Amino acid sequence: MTNTSSPLSSPLANSLRSGPDDRGRFGIFGGRFVAETLMPLLFELDEAYRAAQADPEFRKELDYYLKDYVGRPSPLWFAQHLTEELGGAKVYFKREELNHTGSHKLNNVMGQILVARRMGKTRIVAETGAGQHGVATATVCALFGLKCTIYMGATDVERQKPNVFRMHLLGAEVKPVPAGAGTLKDAMHEAMRGWGANVSDTYFLVGTVAGPHPYPEMVRDFQSIIGVEVKEQMAEAEGRLPDVIVAAIGGGSNAMGIFHPFLDDASVRLIGVEAAGRGLDSGKTAASISRGRPGVLHGNRTYLLQDKHGQIEEAHSISAGLDYPGIGPEHSWLNDIGRAEYVGVTDDEALEAFQVCTRTEGIIPALECAHGLAHVMKIAPTMAKDQIIVLNVSGRGDKDIFTVAHHLGVKL
Amino acid sequence: MSRIQTRFAALKKEGRGALIPYLQACDPDYDTSLELLRAMPAAGADLIEIGVPFSDPSADGPTIQAAALRGLKAGATLGLVLGMVRAFRETDSETPIVLMGYLNPIDSYGPAEFCFDAAQAGVDGIIVVDMPTEEADLLDAHAREAGLDIITLVAPTTSNSRLFHVLRDASGFVYYVSITGITGTNSASAADLEKALPRIREATDLPVAVGFGISTPEQARTASRIGDAAVVASALIKTMASTLENGQATERTVPAVLKQLEGLAAAVRA
Repeated sequence: MTNTSSPLSSPLANSLRSGPDDRGRFGIFGGRFVAETLMPLLFELDEAYRAAQADPEFRKELDYYLKDYVGRPSPLWFAQHLTEELGGAKVYFKREELNHTGSHKLNNVMGQILVARRMGKTRIVAETGAGQHGVATATVCALFGLKCTIYMGATDVERQKPNVFRMHLLGAEVKPVPAGAGTLKDAMHEAMRGWGANVSDTYFLVGTVAGPHPYPEMVRDFQSIIGVEVKEQMAEAEGRLPDVIVAAIGGGSNAMGIFHPFLDDASVRLIGVEAAGRGLDSGKTAASISRGRPGVLHGNRTYLLQDKHGQIEEAHSISAGLDYPGIGPEHSWLNDIGRAEYVGVTDDEALEAFQVCTRTEGIIPALECAHGLAHVMKIAPTMAKDQIIVLNVSGRGDKDIFTVAHHLGVKL
Repeated sequence: MSRIQTRFAALKKEGRGALIPYLQACDPDYDTSLELLRAMPAAGADLIEIGVPFSDPSADGPTIQAAALRGLKAGATLGLVLGMVRAFRETDSETPIVLMGYLNPIDSYGPAEFCFDAAQAGVDGIIVVDMPTEEADLLDAHAREAGLDIITLVAPTTSNSRLFHVLRDASGFVYYVSITGITGTNSASAADLEKALPRIREATDLPVAVGFGISTPEQARTASRIGDAAVVASALIKTMASTLENGQATERTVPAVLKQLEGLAAAVRA
C-alpha cells in the first residue's frame, strides 16, 4: 500500500509523490486494464518489484551498474552560449544523452533487467519507437546473455535504420510491425501479444511510464535518478532550486524522471512538451493532453488521441519517440491537478531548435529533446537573467541526422 | 430466467454442449453481417458472439484485427452494433447475443447509458476483454441494473485461488481462454482441457465456454463436450475473408460462412 488514509501513519500523506494507490491509480488515471491472461503476471511482477525495493542488495547491485556501466551521474551543464543567445534565464542541460546507449532509457532498462533476473525470466520482449529503448534493452540482454525480441513499427524501422542495425549487432531479434501506421502504438500491441503468448519465461520490459500498473510506477522510480541528481547538482552549482524544468514527452519517462523528485517543491514550474506535429489543430499531432481526452488503452486510463466513438487515432510527429497517441497516467493526473503544465511544439520548431543547440553548444540533441529545447527558446527570453531553467537533454541526436537531413533537403 | 440460462438449461436436457460462432459487426459491411447474424441460428448457432470493432484489439490476432478494421471502415460504431442487435431481435427472440469488445468505446459511449441501451436492444451479455475483475466496478452495477451478464474471462494463467476471486460474482457463463496466446494462433489439446475444466468447475456452477484457438469441427466437438460450449471465431472470419473481393462481400460470402458453421454444428451435435 502506498496510500494511507491517516496523515500520521505516513510521512508522504500530504505529498504529491505518494501515488499510485494500491489499484495503481493516480487520481482517475492508471489502473490495470489488461486481459485476464496477463493479470497474474502483473501481480507476480508487482510482488517481485516490492521485494526488490525492500532488498538493500538490489539497490547496491543497481547502483553498481548505474555507475560503472551506464556512466552515472550524468553532468548538469550550464549552456552559457545558448543562454547568451536567448538573453534571459540561465539554461542548464541535464546530460542524459551521455549515458551508455545515448539516452535516459538505460536507467529504467537496467533496473527492470535486474528485476527480470530476480524473477528467473530468460526471454525479454520490448516495444520501441525511435529505437532508443530497443537499443537499451538489446544492450542489457547482451550483457546478461538473455534472449531478446524487440517489436518496432515498420515505419519506424524505416526511419530509424541506424538503431535497427545496432539492435541486430547486439544480438536482438527486431520484429517489424506493419499494422496500423507502423509506429510505437503498433509496436506496443505486438509486444503485449508476444508477452501474452509466452507468459512463463518472458518478461515484458516496458520503456515508458505507461501501461498497466505497476509499470508506470516502476519506470518512474528507475528514472527518478535524473531528478534526484539534478537537485543535488543544482544545489552545488547555484545553491538553490531551479525555477523551471522542461522535458519532452512521448510516453513521458524522461519527463517523469526529472519531475518526480520536484513534485513537492511548489516553486519549481514543471513543463512537459508534447509533439504538436504539424500543429496542435492540424489533425497531425501527437499532443495527447492538449488534444486528447481520457480513455483506456494499453493497460491504463490516460489522455488519448481518439475520435468521438472511442476509436484511437494515429499520432503524428517528426520524432519517432514522441509518435504515440497516449501518455503516462501520472502526467495525465499532474495535468488535471495543475501541478505540471503541458504545451505543444511543432515539427518545424523542433528542427530549428535542433540546429540551434548543435550550433551554440556543440551538442546534437535527439529530435525528442529538441522539442523541449524549442519551448525553452520561447520562454527563456521572457524570464529574468537570475532565473534558472533546466532542460532534460534525454538523448543524443546521431540517430536523427538522416531525418533532419531529409527535412532540410540535404542528401546524405 | 435469462435467455442465456434458458438456452444452457435446454442444451443440458439435450445432453450436448453449445456452439457459439463469432462474427465481427459490420465486417465487411452492415447488411452482410446482419444477414449472416440472422441466418446463424438456423445454421446451428446456439448463442452468438458479436465482436465490436475497435481500432486497437490488443488481445486479438491478425485475423480478427483485420476484421475489426474492415468493420470500422464500413462505419461501425457501438451505437450501430446495438442497432444491428435490435434488427436481429425483430426475427429472433430466443438466441442469446453476447457482445465482445474492448473498454474504450464503451467508456466513450458512457458505461451506464451503454448497459441500458444494450439491454434494451436485446443484448444478453458482454465480454470486455481489457476489463479484468479488478476494474469491473466500472460496469458491474450498471450491468446488473440493466439485467446484462458480464461474462468473466479466465485463462490458463489464472490460479486456483484467483479463480474463486474472479468467479465469485460471475453470471451468465464463464469464458475460458484456453491458450495463453492471442486469438486464432494456436489451440489447446483435449488433455489440456481435461485438466483445466475441473479446476474451473470447482470455483463455479456456471456453464463454461471454451474459446481461442478452436477452428475445426473436431476441436469444437471436443471443447463443447469437456466444457459446456465451444466458441469459434477466427476460423469463420478467415473463411469470410477468403470470399471478399477488394474488401467487399461477394455472393459467396454468407453461404461460405454458413456452410462452415453447419459443419461445426453437426460435429457438436453428433
